[in-house]
Amino acid sequence: MIRIVVSPAPIDLPSEIAAAEAGGAGAVATFTGLVRADDGVDCLELEHYPGATEAALTRVAEQAVERWSLQGATIVHRVGPMRPGERIVFVAAAAPHRGDALAACAYLIDRLKTDAPFWKRETRGGTASWVEARESDTAAAARWSATGAG
Amino acid sequence: MPIHMLYFAWVRERIGVTEERVTPPDDVRDVAGLIAWLAGRSDGHAEAFAEPARLRAAVDQDFVALDAPIAGAREIAVFPPVTGG
Repeated sequence: MIRIVVSPAPIDLPSEIAAAEAGGAGAVATFTGLVRADDGVDCLELEHYPGATEAALTRVAEQAVERWSLQGATIVHRVGPMRPGERIVFVAAAAPHRGDALAACAYLIDRLKTDAPFWKRETRGGTASWVEARESDTAAAARWSATGAG
Repeated sequence: MPIHMLYFAWVRERIGVTEERVTPPDDVRDVAGLIAWLAGRSDGHAEAFAEPARLRAAVDQDFVALDAPIAGAREIAVFPPVTGG
């Protein structure tokens, strides 16, 4: 019921959604992250820490399953070079009802942004630069630690 | 026993290698001390480790603070703050 994939292969949305729906849940919430096409990035490259990345994503999924009693949690993450418009990440949460599915889906994407060892490098006009850590990602993840959240 | 060092993102680029095996002296006891000792290995190491506040580390794949002990560690990774997916 937990599916974790870290791979340079393109993310196949129909097959991932079908797999998330196969567990008999009443509600499946999904999120897809794409390389933004509107801010001048020609190429986005994602580096990761093999082994540690999969372990970190598994922990995030296990925490979501425990917190919302999910029937399934999926995290599929692309690594390597990508072009604008391509999918970087897909998450899905399957639960008996929509409230838990939607909340768990938001939790999965917020947590993986700060808890998993990924580093982004953007190329604009032939110049590559590493992306700095974002305060907003840390804040988004921290809201799940607040009393009564979720 | 030698420690398997791993480097990621701009730390890796500045040092010029993805990984290496090192055997620090006995008086190097925590990650910060290891980083300070490694900084003497080359100009690239010195550049990568010039600002320890910008570095994060993992000991045997557990994310740790820079004052974490390294006794018995087999694999230590040094990298910038993560930047999400």
